[in-house]
Amino acid sequence: MILLNLMIHRILSSNFHVISGLKSKAEKYFDKANIMKVIRIDKNIWGEGLAKLAGDYKVYGPAKNGENHELVELKNGEIPDLELKNVHLSAKSVVFPQSEVMFEYTLDESKEDHHIMREVEKDISPRAVIGIRPCDVAAFQIVKRNFENPEFSDKLWVEGFNACVFVGYACDSPDSSCFCTSTGSGPYSEDGLDVLLVDNGDDYLAKAITQKGEDLLACAGWNEETDGAGIDAKKAEAEGKITSVVDTSKLKDKTAIELFEAPFWEDVAFACLNCGTCTYSCPTCWCFDIQDEAKDTSGIRMRNWDSCMYPLFTLEGSGHNPRPEKYQRVRQRFMHKLKYYVDKYDAGVQCVGCGRCIRLCPVNIDIRNVCDKMNSYQTA
Amino acid sequence: MQNPYLPYPVRIDEIVTETADRALKTFKLVFLNPEHEEKFQHKAGQFAELSIPGKGEIPIGIASSPTEKGFIKFTVNKTGLVSGYLHSMKVGDRMGVRGPLGNSYPWETLEGKNVVIIGGGFAFSTLRASIVYMLANREKFKEISVVYGSRAPDLLLYKDELAAWEAGGDINMHITVDGTDDPDWKYNVGFVPTIVEEKAPPADEDTYAIVCGPPVMIRFTQPALDKLGYLHNNIINSLEKRMKCGIGICGRCNIGDQYVCKDGPVFTLNQLNNMAGEK
Repeated sequence: MILLNLMIHRILSSNFHVISGLKSKAEKYFDKANIMKVIRIDKNIWGEGLAKLAGDYKVYGPAKNGENHELVELKNGEIPDLELKNVHLSAKSVVFPQSEVMFEYTLDESKEDHHIMREVEKDISPRAVIGIRPCDVAAFQIVKRNFENPEFSDKLWVEGFNACVFVGYACDSPDSSCFCTSTGSGPYSEDGLDVLLVDNGDDYLAKAITQKGEDLLACAGWNEETDGAGIDAKKAEAEGKITSVVDTSKLKDKTAIELFEAPFWEDVAFACLNCGTCTYSCPTCWCFDIQDEAKDTSGIRMRNWDSCMYPLFTLEGSGHNPRPEKYQRVRQRFMHKLKYYVDKYDAGVQCVGCGRCIRLCPVNIDIRNVCDKMNSYQTA
Repeated sequence: MQNPYLPYPVRIDEIVTETADRALKTFKLVFLNPEHEEKFQHKAGQFAELSIPGKGEIPIGIASSPTEKGFIKFTVNKTGLVSGYLHSMKVGDRMGVRGPLGNSYPWETLEGKNVVIIGGGFAFSTLRASIVYMLANREKFKEISVVYGSRAPDLLLYKDELAAWEAGGDINMHITVDGTDDPDWKYNVGFVPTIVEEKAPPADEDTYAIVCGPPVMIRFTQPALDKLGYLHNNIINSLEKRMKCGIGICGRCNIGDQYVCKDGPVFTLNQLNNMAGEK
């Protein structure tokens, strides 16, 4: 019901829907089964369509930042740069920025509302996220269970997420560190996507997966229907290029206590610098800190990405720290992703196999190896 | 959509310095908006985030009972940035409260049972809430006992109430201090675990112990309760952790797949025994 209300809210606040029979419209929103239209987009009209989109959406896409690609808001007709393997850091910041103002307030006691937190107005107009990889979209589905749970909905995250239309870009050249096919995702995975965009030489094939996606394609004026022949073959070819296989099937069978007490954690953590790169680059790491910043009489409360790799993450006011040792923090990260999440939601691991933590770790800690240790661990 | 991080504005209505070292003060807070007081329906054992604009938030157990109306109370130890600033604030100052958060002591289970409350130091605040709550609903409980200790007499919280409870006869009070040279001290002398072993009611299926105190007290009370034969399902602990969101989202206060802020802070010993992670 909450979801339905959300969708209704979303429809009400969008400027490209006719509001008629609200409830049936909202229900139709979820009716994914009938929407599988494939549109051919000639690359010559790609930029033109994107320009049209910019009228109704904020357009996000990969852009070169120095040597690396980042997923950013594109302005002034900038075209997403799709000549890439994947964006360097994950795409999570589109919904969950590294730093985000939550509230503002005044400390000036002559003002009537002094010391009272006010919500900061957020732009939750539709965001077209073009060229995001399927693994990064799948990550939002994983993270959503945390930010929108039956008891609490994290308003900032949920509204940001609902504003997004994900035009996922099928992945034809995965990296050797990618293992998305082992985590329930895949280079052509449609999990969470609104449109699957496939590079097809001189044109793109755009498969509408949701109504949101179909609306986006219509808004851009892309309307040349095709049968989508060839997508399945390309998908099989791409999946074949992912050579890294990780077995997660036995993680459920062991108790968390058994794995927590397993003897290999000090070895796993030996080279770790606790730099936090793995957590910041990870699309499914969601931990954050809340801090106040005040100057003179005006202040803000903000949240910032945080990392379980740091001792301050758990340091208590009394001086007690439940995870003072490096190996405990490393264990926490892997146990969270590969055991606690698995137990809590019964929806697989908290990892999409994007390979970023493997590529970026300065000391070559490899989650695939750790997962193997955990999955194959047998108590004596 | 409701924002779960938005605190209710409150005004400090009264400040009581509880201990001789002035490290503990009790703040009585009144909601600026009566509707917020309506929404803030807590149970004894829950906590809230105290929000001080410009400084931050701290998770603190609610010291008032839900049966006390018109205000909420928090007893705060002066420790860090937020609690330190709070100690410098005055009656009439504005701040915020976010909650109630977490679970509570299991009141439905405890009805019709014997309850022994075991507390030490300044972790007595939610236990005070519990005692006031039980006294207001005295007929719902069988025998109620309290073992409460601190290092010295002038470090005990809520001294007037302790004396009243001791005199009232509705509960078996066992106040203790680690040591004292006060010749007029008329209560126990000895560590909490020792007094528990001597004074706690005998164990049976209908007798529950609520334990809340510093880690060292919890560690040494455990063997005493084991010796008395308390079942681990009948031992109820309240935990602390560094927290930020208070609603199970920000990720730092977990023990295994449980978040102390949302799934706790109250767990039975049996639950804790079966949880992976640093406790």
